[in-house]
Amino acid sequence: MNTVKPWDKDLLAEPSMQPVPDYLENFYDEHIYFSKEASTGGQSVGGGGCGCN
Amino acid sequence: MQLKKIRHELGVAGCALLQVPVAGVNAANSEWDIDTAVLYYAEGDGRVSAFEPAIYAGKDLDDGGRIDLRLVLDVLTGATPNGAHASSVTQTFTTPSGQSSYTAQPGETPLDDSFKDTRLAGAADWTLPVNRLSRVKLGLNASREYDYTSLGASATYLQDFNGRNTTLSAGLAFNNDTIRPVGGVPTPLSPMRQPGATNRVGPEDTKTVADMILGLTQIISRHTLVQLNYSLGLSDGYLTDPYKIVTVVNPVTGLPDNTALLNVNADALPYVYEKRPDSRQINSVFFRTVHHFTRDVINFSYRYFWDDWGITSNTFDLKYRYEIGRGYLQPQVRYYLQEAADFYRHNLVQGTDVDASGAVLLDTVSSDYRLAKMTTTTLSLKYGHALGESSEWSIRAGLMNQSVDDGDVPAGEETPDTDAIILNAGYSFFW
Repeated sequence: MNTVKPWDKDLLAEPSMQPVPDYLENFYDEHIYFSKEASTGGQSVGGGGCGCN
Repeated sequence: MQLKKIRHELGVAGCALLQVPVAGVNAANSEWDIDTAVLYYAEGDGRVSAFEPAIYAGKDLDDGGRIDLRLVLDVLTGATPNGAHASSVTQTFTTPSGQSSYTAQPGETPLDDSFKDTRLAGAADWTLPVNRLSRVKLGLNASREYDYTSLGASATYLQDFNGRNTTLSAGLAFNNDTIRPVGGVPTPLSPMRQPGATNRVGPEDTKTVADMILGLTQIISRHTLVQLNYSLGLSDGYLTDPYKIVTVVNPVTGLPDNTALLNVNADALPYVYEKRPDSRQINSVFFRTVHHFTRDVINFSYRYFWDDWGITSNTFDLKYRYEIGRGYLQPQVRYYLQEAADFYRHNLVQGTDVDASGAVLLDTVSSDYRLAKMTTTTLSLKYGHALGESSEWSIRAGLMNQSVDDGDVPAGEETPDTDAIILNAGYSFFW
């Protein structure tokens, strides 16, 4: 595994290469599955609580 | 202008490693990235529906830091399962307020149709540079709905290594939640009573949640990055669902039977309020990889989850972004498999689980299908379209199915599938 130089990070810099490319869409998904399933978390901390589960 | 754009894009790459959310399009440093979206979620058979507008705003600061803000309104209506299973006889239940009743006809899954709530939630994150290669992200969050209030704070430290090809992160979060159920907090494992009388321990209760995460993000090549997180969560306090009940059945007929519960309350119905443990430790390992095919992008994640309630789960999520001119098409598949909690029960059997005096002989029990052995499958399709350099709109439609494995239960008492549509639209721009 070679170190990728800053000038070779053009593709990595594209919005589609973000681990979470759509912040609100990801938030919606996390909220839906938090309320409908017994498992939660894994991506980050600090999302806040909800009475839905 | 071009230099500014390149500088920003490299900054975005850093943000990717830092898990700092960015808008779906590129922005100049001095501008706000604004994402607006609305979600419509609706379950079949007149069950829960949600309308959820949201706005996110983020901005890079002159000192190399960043602020991110989020505000969400959540309007919920519809009927929700109360935990009791379908029966071959008509069933009558008392609403959470204790003032009225509702019925489920033979073969119908009992649904409480008094469910209605509006939730407002806000969050703010402030990322501060510590030095050239490290940052601290501080967050606050709060939400309020009719019967629930949540307040929380978080802190995450992020350190870059290896020519900013590697980022390690460590985060902590703490939440303090207050539950004020309609009608008060039910006495756990006590009978549901006919309208006009209730078994309650008080107006409200609380719980605390502490979460920890350790993360590694690694650039593998010019085309690929991977992410690996370990998360630990500790919850203490009132973890029971105050609106869920469990059916007590006759050992011979299998029908709801309140004979023993009548020794507790003369107006007892054949149901008791559920009770979950007052603590929970959850763990998860989360893996994600994102790969750029020079044109299209694939984003795959997997999570293994386990807790001390006996629940384990596997979650697979795959998105493929197919570029089409100025737009893109993105199909998504998510598959989730869950094993049941140790205290999940289809019902309680009189004489075995409930003694002659009406006392429940189990410490904890729940019939909430969300704690059962089940699978969730979601298929969705998204289309996004760029409007010039500075804005983008998108729309996504999805179908979700939840299927519970009840095991060996009498015919007609099976938990029905939950089917839902998920529609969301978004518009991102700079301001």
